[in-house]
Amino acid sequence: MLGYLIAAPTLVAGARWAADPQTARAALPTAQPVDNYDLTDLLTDATRPTAGMISIAVNRDGTVSFALPRSENGQGITTACAMTIADEMDLPLQKVRVTLADARPELVWNQFTAGSNSMHSLWTPLRAAAATARGRMTQAAARMWGVPASSLKIRDGVIFAPDGRTASFGDLAERAAVSKTVAFRPQLKRLSDLKLVGTAQRRIEAHEIVTGRKRFAMDVPLADALPTMVCRPPTINGTALAVLNRSEVLAMPGVTDVVLVPHTSTVQGGVAVRAKTFGQCIDAIRALKVRWGKGPVDDKSADTVLADLKQAEVPLPPAAPGGTVIEQVFTFNFRPGDPLEPNTAVADVRKDRAEIWSPLKSPIWAKQQIAMNLGMPVQKVTVHVTEGGGSFGRRLYCDAAFEAAAISQKIGKPVRLMWHRTDNFRHGRVHPMAISRVRAVYLGDNVLTLDQRHTGVATDFTEGFGEIVSYVADTPPNANYLGYSSGIFNLTANVPYNFGLVSQRLDEVYQYNTFNTSAVRNIFSPDVRTAIELIVDQLAKAMGKDPYQFRREFVRFDRGRAVLDKVAQVGNWGRAMPAGTAQGIAIHHEYKAFAACLVEIDARPKTVNRDVYNAYTGPRVTKLVFAVDVGLPINPLGLQAQMMGGSMDGIAQALTYSLHLKDGHFLEGSWDDAFYTRQWNTPRDVQIIVMPPTGDSPGGAGELGVAASMAATACAYARAVGKMPTTFPINHDRAQLGFDPLPYVPPIPPSPSLPIQRARRARKHVRHRQQKTAH
Amino acid sequence: VPTHTFILNGKRVSVDCENNVRVLWVLRDLLGVTGPKYGCGMGVCQACTCHLNGAAFQACSVAISQIKPRDRITTIEGLAATVGKELHPMQQAWIDHDVAQCGYCQPGQIMAAVALVKDAHASGRQITDADLDQLRNVCRCGTYPRIRDAIKQGAANMPIHRVKARKKKTTHTHTVAHH
Repeated sequence: MLGYLIAAPTLVAGARWAADPQTARAALPTAQPVDNYDLTDLLTDATRPTAGMISIAVNRDGTVSFALPRSENGQGITTACAMTIADEMDLPLQKVRVTLADARPELVWNQFTAGSNSMHSLWTPLRAAAATARGRMTQAAARMWGVPASSLKIRDGVIFAPDGRTASFGDLAERAAVSKTVAFRPQLKRLSDLKLVGTAQRRIEAHEIVTGRKRFAMDVPLADALPTMVCRPPTINGTALAVLNRSEVLAMPGVTDVVLVPHTSTVQGGVAVRAKTFGQCIDAIRALKVRWGKGPVDDKSADTVLADLKQAEVPLPPAAPGGTVIEQVFTFNFRPGDPLEPNTAVADVRKDRAEIWSPLKSPIWAKQQIAMNLGMPVQKVTVHVTEGGGSFGRRLYCDAAFEAAAISQKIGKPVRLMWHRTDNFRHGRVHPMAISRVRAVYLGDNVLTLDQRHTGVATDFTEGFGEIVSYVADTPPNANYLGYSSGIFNLTANVPYNFGLVSQRLDEVYQYNTFNTSAVRNIFSPDVRTAIELIVDQLAKAMGKDPYQFRREFVRFDRGRAVLDKVAQVGNWGRAMPAGTAQGIAIHHEYKAFAACLVEIDARPKTVNRDVYNAYTGPRVTKLVFAVDVGLPINPLGLQAQMMGGSMDGIAQALTYSLHLKDGHFLEGSWDDAFYTRQWNTPRDVQIIVMPPTGDSPGGAGELGVAASMAATACAYARAVGKMPTTFPINHDRAQLGFDPLPYVPPIPPSPSLPIQRARRARKHVRHRQQKTAH
Repeated sequence: VPTHTFILNGKRVSVDCENNVRVLWVLRDLLGVTGPKYGCGMGVCQACTCHLNGAAFQACSVAISQIKPRDRITTIEGLAATVGKELHPMQQAWIDHDVAQCGYCQPGQIMAAVALVKDAHASGRQITDADLDQLRNVCRCGTYPRIRDAIKQGAANMPIHRVKARKKKTTHTHTVAHH
């Protein structure tokens, strides 16, 4: 990397790649191309041309600022970036201020938060920028004192001369600044000299979070941006044709505006209501009478989608002769992709300019698309990236920002747009339903072939992923969307075992926007890998081998074997367990990282039928052991958190969390309908082991935990009940739904109204569900 | 439009607002107190959990008309002051265990945890894993195991005897704690 100093009143340092490194245009091997070039490489290559625009600033007060061109949604990258800068500069961690950059179109593909790629792509540019600043300040101090730079020492943001004179970074901020941008060769520290990187550090904004001061989009202090919500159609992507009682609703308390928002390619729309409080928006939406047009999937239900998927499945080639075939098709149902913070955006659109605040992972696209939608030059649209309340892929899609901008323009006032939770479940973006056929052929002690045909509802990759695939892979800019999906699939799907000839292929049904889909956390891998790991257990059984020993024998990466051994050892693999309980074990390789998970599950009736008020209980993962090797761990504490969270996701996707599609809408409308992991399904014993460094750069973490934990949970369940599950989550086809679906018109439920004495025990009085169903 | 008066985080506040607006929106939209979060508006996810006279309640589920002038509402912003410290022991436990990821649900988690521990202490016992299994707060980041660890630490550092004493004279306990 070449550093440089940027003209500014105080010191600003950046860095760029000195030479153009390898690009995607290198030849791709045909068997498992992903071994040589994966999604992480693709995303990192896409950032290289603009890596030089990553810069940090030294301030007069001795702090160092970094406007991070990524989105923070809890994955901990602000903390990891602060650690990286502080370590390289010999600065106390608390003196680094990391904020999220506004949309910067000049960064092109370097402001896109996806594929667990942030730290991998920023690690070197950020260190180089920090080392440039450090080197320049050393130089400035040496000149000021007339001593050799090599005689100076730096500690805690202060430079010390041999004679005892000192100057802080703050003192040098102006002196070290340049009036003309010049190149500077930074001296990066040796990895062995880093003191902070690799140590457990708490999240830098932890204090703000626990005191309620952390600001999300809905907390942006813009007084005129009144609460705004949208009355949405009864079926997915339906259209509002006419508002039948506009004046009546306008007269309701607090309501300031009622406006029809047509459905477009980027705005879902419906009827927008702006009011003094969100509570009054909810009341107004429930009072609205709207004539609705049909949606494009009104005739679709889960069974018709399944039939379409089966129809579209590409047949496998004939099996290798002489071997024994193990073959199974698995079904993975739709499931929600939404975080707890609903879709939110603040928009202030005036005649000649617009300003947007939203938790966006693809803010450049947001800015360009909003400018186009509003009919304004791009430079008249300012897009601020707020910290998000979770993402899991959701914030790649700028739905709320597009919608807020459209509404604000239409009514000519600032709006604070929030989706209702029920809308998030029913009109939000979902993990596409898929079937996955896996066929393994074995002969004696060898697996000859493994073929996988994954067939899913089309995933929307128009949020930026697709353009990057086109750009790096040099395909035409308007390559078909299926091409995008296949590209991402081929860059992520892999089989980490020596199974002879391996093929994996994705096919899709429908258009990218027939359903509202999302590249949900870990995209295809949770399903792809769960299907394979279940077949791995079948192979082990057929060969009379222990599931752990079988994997150990066939795993084709040493790092994969190391994490596998670690969880087997810490988790006491193979210990005697009562009938109805079992262990499961699985590994996963992606994002230049390796993960292994061991779980113990209890599927005995006493546990399955345990009673928690108004809850789905079912089999419980009682223990979870996870080992992770990301190459170079920057913050082991943050890494553990990501694996833990990914595991709660994996458990949910294996056991409980899904959506039921019927006649063009999803039945689920609440957290009590869609069973994401809650405390009563949380393992009481969780151990996450961060492996010692195995490389010199950090791999990805945010999505890494899902596939291994989902697969291990599925394998454990199969062993506990003695039957391999083939539909996920395993409770999806239960006899009784376990909840009463909320009505579709009006689209959202009323605000609950609890008498005060009962409010104290509110949890006892939430909406009653039908008789609970034991799995 | 009627005026509603109550004690918010130790200070008396008045707000003009229709009777049926839920407390969450009075706090967030009218008073600018944004610690309590919206996660569902159905009394399910518990992200808006606050305390009413020391007991947990879901702010999205109670109309402002039910709040009387003597009522004390405590949000996450006012929690530390109830023990007269920079941080409540539960907040400190959250920091010590680095519980939060995105942080969106955590104000509600902390408020629910404090109430859960108080309930257990009031009936003369420590919290158990079975109690923790009953917590309904959704955390989509999946911080649940760390939440369990933090609540155990926070509970150990919460003043058990004072909680019992407060039970007998409910009228001015929290306001006393503020001054």
